[in-house]
Amino acid sequence: MNKFPFAFLDEQSKKEIRRAILKGVAIPGYQVPFASREMPIGRGWGTGGLQITLALVGKEDVLKVIDQGSDESVNAVNIKKLVQNTTGVQTTIHTSEATLIQSRHRIPEVPLRSDQILVLQVPEPEPLRRVERSEFKTKQLHAEKEYSGAWLWLFEQIMRYNQTTQGADYPVLVHERYVMNPSPIPRFDNPKINDSDALILFGAGREKKIYAVPPYTKVESLAFDDYPFEIEKFEGKACKVTGLTNVFLDEMTDEVTGETYYVCNDTSFMQEYLEKRGTVNVR
Amino acid sequence: MFDKPILQIKNLSKQYGKGCLHCQNDGAQLERNFCPVCKTVYACKDISFDLHRGEILGIVGESGSGKSTLMKSLYFDEEVTSGEGYLIDYHEGKENIFSQSGQQLRWIRNTLLGMVYQNPMLGLKMDFSSISNIAEKQIAAGNRNVDNMVSRSYELLDKVNIPVDRSKEPPKNFSGGMQQRVQIAKALSSNPPILLLDEVTTGLDLSVQAAVLDLIKTIQREMQISMIVVSHDLAVIRMLADRTVVMLNGQIIEEGLTDQILEDPNHPYTQQLVYSLL
Ligand SMILES: Nc1ncnc2c1ncn2[C@@H]1O[C@H](COP(=O)(O)OP(=O)(O)OP(=O)(O)O)[C@@H](O)[C@H]1O
Ligand SMILES: [Mg+2]
Ligand SMILES: [Zn+2]
Repeated sequence: MNKFPFAFLDEQSKKEIRRAILKGVAIPGYQVPFASREMPIGRGWGTGGLQITLALVGKEDVLKVIDQGSDESVNAVNIKKLVQNTTGVQTTIHTSEATLIQSRHRIPEVPLRSDQILVLQVPEPEPLRRVERSEFKTKQLHAEKEYSGAWLWLFEQIMRYNQTTQGADYPVLVHERYVMNPSPIPRFDNPKINDSDALILFGAGREKKIYAVPPYTKVESLAFDDYPFEIEKFEGKACKVTGLTNVFLDEMTDEVTGETYYVCNDTSFMQEYLEKRGTVNVR
Repeated sequence: MFDKPILQIKNLSKQYGKGCLHCQNDGAQLERNFCPVCKTVYACKDISFDLHRGEILGIVGESGSGKSTLMKSLYFDEEVTSGEGYLIDYHEGKENIFSQSGQQLRWIRNTLLGMVYQNPMLGLKMDFSSISNIAEKQIAAGNRNVDNMVSRSYELLDKVNIPVDRSKEPPKNFSGGMQQRVQIAKALSSNPPILLLDEVTTGLDLSVQAAVLDLIKTIQREMQISMIVVSHDLAVIRMLADRTVVMLNGQIIEEGLTDQILEDPNHPYTQQLVYSLL
């Protein structure tokens, strides 16, 4: 274990990543290139987010890692172990206890505070990639604030399905300047990026990009005048365990009866809720 | 016709390659438009012409004479090597369009110009629905109202004779003639004063060609739009163009009223072109 420096990365690498983060904070929504390192976890498993976490983590930090709303998935546990083994920091499943939260696919249900940092893992940072393959050209389009391609993609969805069907990674306009992929979080979480108390950082390991939404930044989901942005609605549905309705729900199938039911996607939130109510832990 | 021209092009040149001591000499020996020493292609050399409001200007010339390069330069797909251009609808024709920023060029392109490419693959997103392709120009021009863009696109589909119930199909499902119609609808969608058409009928069956040419004439009559029509086929030019310029090896060698050029061609190359048509 001692053969690794604190937080796995050497100081030079950390400095470089921190510089990219600072630049990202200075230019909200702008994709900053960085020299993504090889990580001892598979590419596509959050190496971008992990490098941000490792560059930021200090001895006092308390770390929470979520994958698809769960703290206990293999991937979340692996990342947690790696950070813990190389730093000795505490980990938690409770959002309110964490100072540093690395996540894939969700922003926690518990509102974040200004003393917390959220790190989101990003597979595809480029919101224009679907309409423009060339990186050279997309850079130019960002520079010229030319986002017709992102709008065209939404328009095409409306033409095909009478609504924008994109469930996750729904594009946003940051600080009225850069269009950004918010990572594959559901639309439900998009409004949480707007005017957030916490700093939100985005890391794409494979694509070698870091970007940021500093606290209290205006972030709007793209929407046509006559097709307003809407979050997933779980009308008439509630979490089977907690009865909660104003949360993001997962659709499940009862293995015995074949019946469809819903539970909170954010499992630690559900657990906290049950503990507060004094109900027995469901797990 | 006595108004100020809607578009003025002065000494437009476009070369591919840097040039060398040999070819930068005045009167240097080129192989057609090509420097045998450094391989630089002089695709357009010192092109000047005016386009008047409501007129159709024809550009005719053999393969490789620089017609598409000229059109792509006018649509800012290619950066010109030198030259000036003035649009009456852009700062009243007082600013050289070729020296504007990328953002300005986009604005000019999205609002003042429409383009139909020789190759529909360059002009259309083959996997997106046809209606999205048409709306793309309106989106680029800043429209954010879906219903508004849909009704405008239906109008245009109707104009180019594509059944509205096929509007959600991608152009890759369409025949060549239909793809060109979608391109025309797209080019018209932001209601530009100028339409650029590069070999719109090349590669189409004769009967389809005739229908597309009719369509272009109808559009010109109804919308009073100015057009530049490029073709290597003098028959197309004869049918559409009020005035014509003849290009050879990247240069304009003759220019005049189309009828005049057809009746009394001056340049030996034009004479050859005209006689081969008869
Ligand atoms: N990207 C490029 N790089 C180098 N040379 C080019 C490029 N594009 C065109 N050219 C050359 O420029 C010259 C003019 O080509 P252009 O396509 O403009 O001709 P054209 O008149 O449109 O021909 P056609 O009738 O075949 O469409 C040709 O010699 C061509 O080879
Ligand atoms: Mg051509
Ligand atoms: Zn040369």
